[in-house]
Amino acid sequence: MTETRYTRDHEWVRLEDGVATIGITAHAATQLGDIVFVELPEPGREVAANAACAVVESVKAASDIFAPMTGRIAEVNQAVVADPAIIGQAAMTDGWLFRLTVSDASEFHALMEKSAYDAMLEAA
Amino acid sequence: MTTTLTAEPVASLRETPLTALHRASGARLVAFAGYAMPVHYDGTGIVAEHLACRTSAALFDVSHMGQAWVTGAGAAAFLETCLTADILGLAPGRQRYALLTNANGGIEDDLMVGCLAPDRFLLVVNAARKHADFARLAAARPPGISVQPVPYRALLALQGPWASLILPEAAHLRFMDVAEIAVGGARCVISRSGYTGEDGFEIGCDASAAEPLARQILARTLPDGGHVTLAGLGARDTLRLEAGLCLYGADIGPDTDPAMAGLSFAVGKRRRRDGGFPGAAIIAHALAGRPARRRVGLRPEGRAPVRAGAAIHDEAGQVVGTITSGGFGPSVNGPVAMGYVPSELAAPGTALGLDLRGRLVPARVCALPFVPHRYVA
Repeated sequence: MTETRYTRDHEWVRLEDGVATIGITAHAATQLGDIVFVELPEPGREVAANAACAVVESVKAASDIFAPMTGRIAEVNQAVVADPAIIGQAAMTDGWLFRLTVSDASEFHALMEKSAYDAMLEAA
Repeated sequence: MTTTLTAEPVASLRETPLTALHRASGARLVAFAGYAMPVHYDGTGIVAEHLACRTSAALFDVSHMGQAWVTGAGAAAFLETCLTADILGLAPGRQRYALLTNANGGIEDDLMVGCLAPDRFLLVVNAARKHADFARLAAARPPGISVQPVPYRALLALQGPWASLILPEAAHLRFMDVAEIAVGGARCVISRSGYTGEDGFEIGCDASAAEPLARQILARTLPDGGHVTLAGLGARDTLRLEAGLCLYGADIGPDTDPAMAGLSFAVGKRRRRDGGFPGAAIIAHALAGRPARRRVGLRPEGRAPVRAGAAIHDEAGQVVGTITSGGFGPSVNGPVAMGYVPSELAAPGTALGLDLRGRLVPARVCALPFVPHRYVA
């Protein structure tokens, strides 16, 4: 089973065969409320870990999305661009944002496991 | 993901008489003007709450706003020394929108003045301004006039095309009427007004009566068999923006005058001529001429919201203004914004550019409101 890891910025990352799929967590989607706009990076763009590379906007606020790992944008989810509400309905699955061909798969292990992310939410 | 919103209130925030109801109803509480206020409710969200207000009826807690009684012989004349509106001409049972101005002709607050009796007025002011407003009025007050803030009163806004079906007790009121009316045993001051662009009521009552009153309104049945939707400040903001209404501190403030803000209607005809309020001469001069800058509506192309603070560029790329309110309009189903531009760029249809994260989004000046007002006659 593919492992999902998390960032402090409320993003989830799934790594499969050197390609990371990234989205925002269900918690983040709930906090944001109705999502009305998504801006995703151009495929092929090189991004550094922790660089802002996408924007998710709810009615109330704009939120930067950061690349959780270094790599090249492999694919973006056009479905959420066309219908941003998908993120609110299925943040962890169909609401994925973009895929990254990662430069260094070991960066994945520096990300939070689910238990650590859940603990962070508990502590907040 | 980072966002500027704080989702949970800090312990020091004040509560309203309806905070327990909000918590029990799944409200997301945020800090606003020192209060823990619902931004939206878990079961609905801003868009659903907004659309309920446009198509059905929605109930907002606006108890954070400031209410004060101004009473005594000569209260109307006293209020005219501070406010732009014609208060002497305000008949009992009527309410008027007014501006509290400063000596420079700037706007210190915008407010509602309701006349309950010849010497008895109820003021409803912005939450963030209430202490300053009431201190200003108290300092200017002559002997015999009382300025009595009522911080423990609640204020509910029932808004939407079905509001009068839910509140038949007040259905006889015309737009901007105000009256003391009992609702299920609660003594209320009800005005037919609001800040959403829709028909509706603002209902003031004692703190102890607020929750039973709100629960009673929520229990009443709409024509479609449904119920009034609880709505938060998120929807209140998108509704007022679509209605082209100003948010104090964003679209208007001490450095904007009524002429540039497009609020000339708040300055009575007699008041323009005779003055008698702070900055009257400056405001009369501004209203007689063409303001250098004007508040306009803007429709950005595409779907991306352009928010307050974004620079407005002309077609040559020069910065000509700033967005003062902006976001996504659920009824417009697209981004809407307001801001100030030079008067020569204020005509509807004028092409401008809005700075969105470093790139320019094309936008056009458009007539306000974005969504037509639907007040009753």
